[in-house]
Amino acid sequence: MTNVGIIFAIGIGTYLLRLSFIGIVGDRVMPEWALVPVRFVAPAVLAALIAPAVLLADGALDLSPASNPRALAALVALLLAWKTRSVPVVIAAGLVAVWALQAVF
Amino acid sequence: MAKHQSTRRKALADGVRAFAPLLIAVVPFGLVFGIVAAGSEVGPWLGGATSFIIFAGAAQLATLQLFDAGAAGAVVIATALVINARHLMYSAALAPAFREFPKGARFALPYLLTDQAFAISIVRFGEVEDPVYRQWFFTGAGLSLWVPWQIFTIAGIVLGAQIPASWSLDFAIPLMFVILLVPTIKGRPELIAAVLGATVAVVAAGAPYGLGLIIGALSGVAAGVLAYRAAP
Repeated sequence: MTNVGIIFAIGIGTYLLRLSFIGIVGDRVMPEWALVPVRFVAPAVLAALIAPAVLLADGALDLSPASNPRALAALVALLLAWKTRSVPVVIAAGLVAVWALQAVF
Repeated sequence: MAKHQSTRRKALADGVRAFAPLLIAVVPFGLVFGIVAAGSEVGPWLGGATSFIIFAGAAQLATLQLFDAGAAGAVVIATALVINARHLMYSAALAPAFREFPKGARFALPYLLTDQAFAISIVRFGEVEDPVYRQWFFTGAGLSLWVPWQIFTIAGIVLGAQIPASWSLDFAIPLMFVILLVPTIKGRPELIAAVLGATVAVVAAGAPYGLGLIIGALSGVAAGVLAYRAAP
């Protein structure tokens, strides 16, 4: 499948998820067995997206601020996100932390 | 009819106004997304077009990240749709209100359904029962995200083209996910889902076809469900 085809498939699939109960499934309420797992999709997926991107360097676990500044910078960002919930603050602090660690080591 | 017209105008304006405080997060997110798209494997324009075609920030970022990692097409699609599965929940919650809308609106408006538009609409729908008001309030809230999302994606792409790779701006992707993650941790089961999702995703990072992410995510969901069953 081409990249364009993949992106359109995601777009159509996402629209159908949004339309699901409104336009397709109709009157039925969402059953409990389906509702519970959906609640945990966001935290599980987001954590699964973050961890490998910040903890791995060249495919191996690397927590050293010298060779993988992203791990420590992500921890700083996590604390700030928890305290401030501010997009500009977290992005700026995370990037500055990486640059600072790269400059020091 | 005249009454409908004034209701529409008021509802649309109310939707835009209710959304306004959220723009503080939408504008920089859109910019960051555009900057990331500018440097992505699929190229700035196809990457940026996801804002129109998919219109769901987290899934768009994950899609670009998976393309950059060389994941298989089917895995990219499956992962993005798992990320967007939460829309099922929103769709179910809004269905009774949307059933009162004209057919065209019932099929067009779900395109504008996002975390933010859902959150403010479900609150207002609890206060106002008039279907005409509800339809135009949702339209106002939905467009308040859609319009700046398109504009700031493009602005980010233009800006991103000027920024050298040495600035590590690709690191903005996990940072954005961190911001999205924090408010989802509403209790112990969510925390367990996140910790297990992260751990398994790291362990499974070498899995073929870029399957590591989805293996981690599904493990996290399973752990969350078990934790919830044990102590809701």
